[in-house]
Amino acid sequence: MLKEYLTVREIVGPLILLEGVEGAKYNELVEVEFPDGSVGLGNVLEVEEDLVLLQSFEATSGLNIARTKVRFTGRGLELPVSRDILGRVFDGLGRPIDNGPRIIPDERLDINGNPINPFARDFPTDFIQTGISAIDGLNPLVRGQKLPIFSGAGLPHSRLAAQIARQAGVLGMEEEFAVVFAAMGITFEEAEFFVQEFRSTAALERAVLFINLADDPAIERIATPRMALTAAEYLAFELDMHVLVILIDMTYYCEALREISAARKEVPGRRGYPGYLYTDLATIYERAGRIKDAKGSITQIPVLSMPDDDKTHPIPDLTGYITEGQIILSRDLHRRGIYPPIDVLPSLSRLKEKGIGVGKTREDHSPLSNQLFSAYARGKEAKELAVILGEAALSDEDKLFVQFSDTFEDRFIRQGEYEDRSIDETLAIGWELLRILPRAELKRVKEEHIRKYMEGADQA
Amino acid sequence: MEAGVVVKVSGPLVVARDLPDPKMYDLVKVGKDRLMGEIIELRGNRASIQVYEETAGLGPGDEVISTGEPLSVELGPGLLTSIYDGVQRPLDVIRARYGNYVTRGVEEPGLSRERKWPFQPAVKVGDEVVAGDVLGTVQETTVILHKVMLPAGVEGKVSHIGEGDFNVEDTVAVVETSGGEVPVTMMQRWPVRRPRLYREKMAPSEPLVTGQRIVDTLFPISMGGTACVPGPFGSGKTVLQHAIAKWANAQIVVFVGCGERGNEMTDVLLEFPELTDPYSGEPLMLRTVLIANTSNMPVAAREASVYTGITIAEYYRDMGYHVALQADSTSRWAEALREISGRLEEMPGEEGYPAYLGTRLAAFYERAGRVICLGREGRVGSVSAIGSVSPPGGDLSEPVTQATLRVVKVFWGLEDRLAFARHFPAINWLNSYSLYQEKVEEYWNQEVDEAYAELRAEAMGILQREAELQEVVRLIGIEALSDQERLVMETAKSLREDFLQQNAFDDADAFTSLMKQYRLLRLIVTYHRLANRELEKGRPIEELIDLPVQEEIARAKFIPEEEMERFDRLEEKVAEQLAGEASQVNA
Ligand SMILES: Nc1ncnc2c1ncn2[C@@H]1O[C@H](COP(=O)(O)OP(=O)(O)OP(=O)(O)O)[C@@H](O)[C@H]1O
Ligand SMILES: [Mg+2]
Repeated sequence: MLKEYLTVREIVGPLILLEGVEGAKYNELVEVEFPDGSVGLGNVLEVEEDLVLLQSFEATSGLNIARTKVRFTGRGLELPVSRDILGRVFDGLGRPIDNGPRIIPDERLDINGNPINPFARDFPTDFIQTGISAIDGLNPLVRGQKLPIFSGAGLPHSRLAAQIARQAGVLGMEEEFAVVFAAMGITFEEAEFFVQEFRSTAALERAVLFINLADDPAIERIATPRMALTAAEYLAFELDMHVLVILIDMTYYCEALREISAARKEVPGRRGYPGYLYTDLATIYERAGRIKDAKGSITQIPVLSMPDDDKTHPIPDLTGYITEGQIILSRDLHRRGIYPPIDVLPSLSRLKEKGIGVGKTREDHSPLSNQLFSAYARGKEAKELAVILGEAALSDEDKLFVQFSDTFEDRFIRQGEYEDRSIDETLAIGWELLRILPRAELKRVKEEHIRKYMEGADQA
Repeated sequence: MEAGVVVKVSGPLVVARDLPDPKMYDLVKVGKDRLMGEIIELRGNRASIQVYEETAGLGPGDEVISTGEPLSVELGPGLLTSIYDGVQRPLDVIRARYGNYVTRGVEEPGLSRERKWPFQPAVKVGDEVVAGDVLGTVQETTVILHKVMLPAGVEGKVSHIGEGDFNVEDTVAVVETSGGEVPVTMMQRWPVRRPRLYREKMAPSEPLVTGQRIVDTLFPISMGGTACVPGPFGSGKTVLQHAIAKWANAQIVVFVGCGERGNEMTDVLLEFPELTDPYSGEPLMLRTVLIANTSNMPVAAREASVYTGITIAEYYRDMGYHVALQADSTSRWAEALREISGRLEEMPGEEGYPAYLGTRLAAFYERAGRVICLGREGRVGSVSAIGSVSPPGGDLSEPVTQATLRVVKVFWGLEDRLAFARHFPAINWLNSYSLYQEKVEEYWNQEVDEAYAELRAEAMGILQREAELQEVVRLIGIEALSDQERLVMETAKSLREDFLQQNAFDDADAFTSLMKQYRLLRLIVTYHRLANRELEKGRPIEELIDLPVQEEIARAKFIPEEEMERFDRLEEKVAEQLAGEASQVNA
């Protein structure tokens, strides 16, 4: 029998304070019965003696003090899982919304999971070819990595995420893979874009979708990424699949967290976000990786929109402090019609050193990417100078670098949404672009590589 | 034992009432899973407890038992090569026993009870011994001789001493003291929040050589010194910390992964056993202790992790070793402090951090230093403490960075602008500093070369001059510069690219000895001096740049340590090519 209480004392925003409760546990799942008979879920944020503070995942409009019933379930929030979750669409709390049959669970998993023992982890080293030069060539994605996309309102992050999901594969491997997709607070149209995308590529049967839209209850979003990652862990570490998790848009997730924090009158950190935002985000992002002796893996691509394109805003900032790099989209490139508008200089893949090179991609991959980075950086710097002083003020050398950076954006970064470049093609474009520059300036690449890949190409 | 009762649970904070005889910082066990926690506040009959494990499922009425002892670490053979969580639970053992996830209520001792260590006595029956005296030794790893010391507070005459194989709980010696016989084992316990005792603190003198050129030559840290590495995300804090952990000439390294990524610890675990210590020739792991309390692990244990780490560091210092303690990142520790403080509803200071943030940070860094150890031998040991700082938005005016800068003596400021251009280590050479510079220069003059300090000063001057000249170029253009000034720009570029830049992932570049650093710097500065002389003779700058030898200078960082004489030849070449062109012109 579930214990039921009719003793609500306060309702403040998404919070419900209940008194006279016995035996409530921290983080316990509760059912909240509205006066109209509908039932929502919530969980325990704090207990003190017989007082219990709850957060309601459902919007609290319609609740009243006298007639709201709260039932304690004696367990945490769980996701029922079995192989049949593949191909299914759930709401933000893991309830099917695709009119499909109920999931008959093999297991019910606590959505908070447990931290992976650092000693159990295996380092991500398998290069994932996304077919996108700006990623593969310069900021490569590695299986088991968490690599977010930092975007802004109106930038094509959804198209990019979909392209990655469509094209990603590990060279020379045919293995079971799955995509777990979690939408938090995005619009119907954006979500529908992904559903159609999965459907048209027949990827839907290999996908699990959790959808919380802009008009769904905001607090529900706090559970959504955890639902998705619980499903991902099940697929990866119990069913041995390689799972790609797309979380979009983490900004709305953080805003939901802020709402709770504000309602609890906690001392706010920067921009009103709670001081524990870092730790909270870490409990999501760290649920990526590989485990020794496990066949599967979890690769995460969280997408977030930077308020006002500001990288130092707490959401991108704290995300960058946790994830293993970031892909940053540039409004400037987008305006100039360059797709994908990836700003490669501030973008970063921290796992690249271990994921590329001999036996993975190619021996020249790392030095070549360093050379491209520094040449592009120098070209952009020279361009800025030219803006102030005029083209004429540039040295001949600098002019070459300017030409390099323009060509680089046009040929290397720019590519089609359905263009799937092999890593060899990507590297070949890189070498070709370096021919614009004086040979003495190519300090980051090895002589032998220049001869083999740049000049060898000359004769061909 | 009588138990207290939980009355409140709020995240990692639990309040209990009616604990029998609670003391501040006593260790307690909470609930049926016996979760570890620590008393951090007492009010009337209520005790606030920070719990080191996930508290979901706890509620009022659950039992709380006090151990009556403060949070302590176990010190003895077996620490090296271990990986612990923030409260010294061995993660390898936990995985073997409980699987891939860290579950709750796990109790595992820090030191193995089964393992036997060969104990070699260093005293005989009848010897008078005082605290800190070495009673015997254990070869803990092939590189480290573990010294079993008489614990603090004990003094007397040895009445029994063992020899042979013992585990850490066996009695290896008995000391007759004024208060009776005291059995001594190879293991000591020490409360983590209390600094270990030493006889005397001394000013640092020798440098801790890290093999990182910009660090050792421009902003050196001393053995026993303190340093901080602030920088925005992705600017290279962890890579620098790892590089120091790998290549520094410390005898012991304690690396605390404090609220950072799990994979970074895995990286160390996989890499260190494979890498060879340039000084001992043995695998690096044999001198390393890892503390891993990653960002997703419980936040209270993160708060404890830096203390666990520094206590272990002090323990090896007490044996007379030079220890490097590295914490990545102290900001996460400060955030843990803030979170607990918030739950205690303390009056917040700046940005929500508790008002005592500065004192706690200072107290932590004060545990570094070079000391004369306890014991009659007069051993000298040191703990150097290097902390990363992760300022929100890279803004150094935030409280943690500011509080840290007030106590540490070395500041390696990382910049995203440099990182974006892939200039690594992305340490800003204009605003970083080391207050150990002078001391270290004395050492250089004796151990490397008398001209080292002067060279460094000249190089710094060139880099500073470059920054000024860049302003001019930005406003007026490169033509505004004189030939002398253009040479400064040229040399500064070479200093940046050929000396300061160091690729941590390139085998040949990752480590540079002091001697090679000196030779490399001298090579570049020699070019500068000689070219300057040619300019004075009236030759135009165009003749002095783009020389073939400059490409060789650019590759000089890859010259192997064993082939130092190649620098002689390169210096000759520089002279030849600068002069050679002149003779052509004159002809
Ligand atoms: N010395 C170096 N040589 C080569 N690459 C480097 C070096 N230092 C940093 N990098 C590059 O910069 C990336 C980011 O460095 P790192 O992970 O140390 O940043 P961080 O400052 O610790 O960031 P965070 O605060 O998010 O942990 C590395 O993955 C690597 O690609
Ligand atoms: Mg780091």
